[in-house]
Amino acid sequence: MDQLQERWRSEGRWQMIGYAFMAPYLLLFLIFVVGPVVSAIYLSFTYFNILEAPRWIGWTNYRSLLVDDEIFLIAIGNTLSFAFITGPVSFVASFLLAWLLNRMRFRTLYVLAYYTPSIGSAIAASFVWRILLSGDRYGTLNNALISTGILDEPIQFLAEQSYIMPAIIVVSLWMSLGTGFLVFLAGLQTVPKELYEAGKVDGIPNPWVELVKITLPIMRPQLLFGTVISIVNSFAVFQVAVALVGFPSPLYAGHVIITHLYDYAFVRFEMGYASAIAVLLFAFTFMLGRVSVRLLSSDD
Amino acid sequence: MTQLAPTKPRYRRRFLQVNWTYVWMLPMAMAMVIPLVYTVSFAFKPLEELFLFPPPLFPKSPTTDNFQQLVLATSSMTVPFSRNIFNTVVTSVAVMVGTVLIGSLAAYPLAKYPLWGKNFVFAVVISALMFSPEVTQIPRYLIVNELGMIDTFGALIIPNLALPLGLFLMKQFMEGVPSELLEASRIDGASELRIFGQIMMPLTRPAWATLAIFSFIPTWNDYFTPLIFTRSESMKTLTLAMQTIGSGATTVARYGAVFAAAFLVLLPPVVLFIFMQRRVLDTMAYSGIKS
Repeated sequence: MDQLQERWRSEGRWQMIGYAFMAPYLLLFLIFVVGPVVSAIYLSFTYFNILEAPRWIGWTNYRSLLVDDEIFLIAIGNTLSFAFITGPVSFVASFLLAWLLNRMRFRTLYVLAYYTPSIGSAIAASFVWRILLSGDRYGTLNNALISTGILDEPIQFLAEQSYIMPAIIVVSLWMSLGTGFLVFLAGLQTVPKELYEAGKVDGIPNPWVELVKITLPIMRPQLLFGTVISIVNSFAVFQVAVALVGFPSPLYAGHVIITHLYDYAFVRFEMGYASAIAVLLFAFTFMLGRVSVRLLSSDD
Repeated sequence: MTQLAPTKPRYRRRFLQVNWTYVWMLPMAMAMVIPLVYTVSFAFKPLEELFLFPPPLFPKSPTTDNFQQLVLATSSMTVPFSRNIFNTVVTSVAVMVGTVLIGSLAAYPLAKYPLWGKNFVFAVVISALMFSPEVTQIPRYLIVNELGMIDTFGALIIPNLALPLGLFLMKQFMEGVPSELLEASRIDGASELRIFGQIMMPLTRPAWATLAIFSFIPTWNDYFTPLIFTRSESMKTLTLAMQTIGSGATTVARYGAVFAAAFLVLLPPVVLFIFMQRRVLDTMAYSGIKS
């Protein structure tokens, strides 16, 4: 009995010290992450303009968002087309490049070349892209295309409706070999060399089979991390879009979910409506995240 | 040690085998770098070279005129550009230090204590990796507003300190520190805070160096947070100021100034990463999600 009490006391001590260590993080996490998610869900069912107290209106915000708000539907379309191209392309490119680089001995300069665009500010980088893609005679790409005879007239890459999303996608892809790429690069270095040796003994014919049979299964945790990051990033597109084509963009061609959220929350101060946008975005990325965990998680 | 002899010839063969990758990966690496090289070279190009076509990759006669232009162009604004730089530096450094400190403190018991509910706490934090911070921005704004922090450094710093990625990375890395080391110090009578400061932190230096980068760089580049949480010109950060300068880049002189500003914004994250590269890669090896 005494022993049990003693153990309980020392256990209790661990809990106290442990939670004391975690207190600052947990407090900030509750106030600025968990709390906001919960209150965003509540606010999404209200009419709230900051000046008056929130008024409960049920599903009205969601109904107007999904049925009446044509611009939101444009934003969803743009975000989805962005996410479904940028997400997979940058994921696959990150992995393949990391895999190839891992087989090379002198890779530092290559790593820097691929990774650096992703750590630069989107705003700073957008200036050079605005020149490269500019529709006037200084536009590098237009000039090159015209002088080689491919085009007769310059294309307004950043002003013409059908070119705006592609331009945003290209610049985002350029900036997308970020955290995921690093995770893959580092993860590849942890695959035990003996496994490759064993694979050779077992008669694995070429690097591609080795990739599928040995590397990918071992890398599952890193692949999962990379997937989650790439889902979140591709649905959170905002900075590049605003920096490149401005806000609001011509005919809403560069309008994305976060732009719409920003517009309603911090320009029109319709916080309830904007919260509904946030909740939809949250639910969607979270669901995709859970699905990828389900699909990719390892058993241990 | 024993496999030294057989490794050598195989290594040479492998090297020959992958040699061609160096060649065909070069064009892509160049394509990635060219926009950055242009940004740097535009920043140092004299006025008459700015509109040469096609734009030469490197300036013929490099100059710092554009930086003087930048100072001139922004002197007509209500606050000098140096104030924006100051704001960004203070915010980024504070977020970096705070994130590392708070994240490591929380990660230590999660990794090493028999804590009740630690799997739950960790699962909640992992879930927070699955949505972007923009989603929480509205209630965050209301809270910051309620606390009277709008347009202060507090608004730019405090909401960003509990970084989910931070706790995640530190916890994964700390689990690799042998528990025997901690036990030994406990027997010697060291306090938990001392064990944390004198054993845990020195041993996890690569992890918090990485976390430092991953909190510094996004804060340095952040556009959304300062856009919402600042009002006055004197609290504007570098990215906001740059957007203002950039949108006014209609005159030729401004054009050079914009690139001088872009250069200043791009430089610190890149330099930081170059110096920390090794440590970052060591840490990221621990970053898989297992569930």
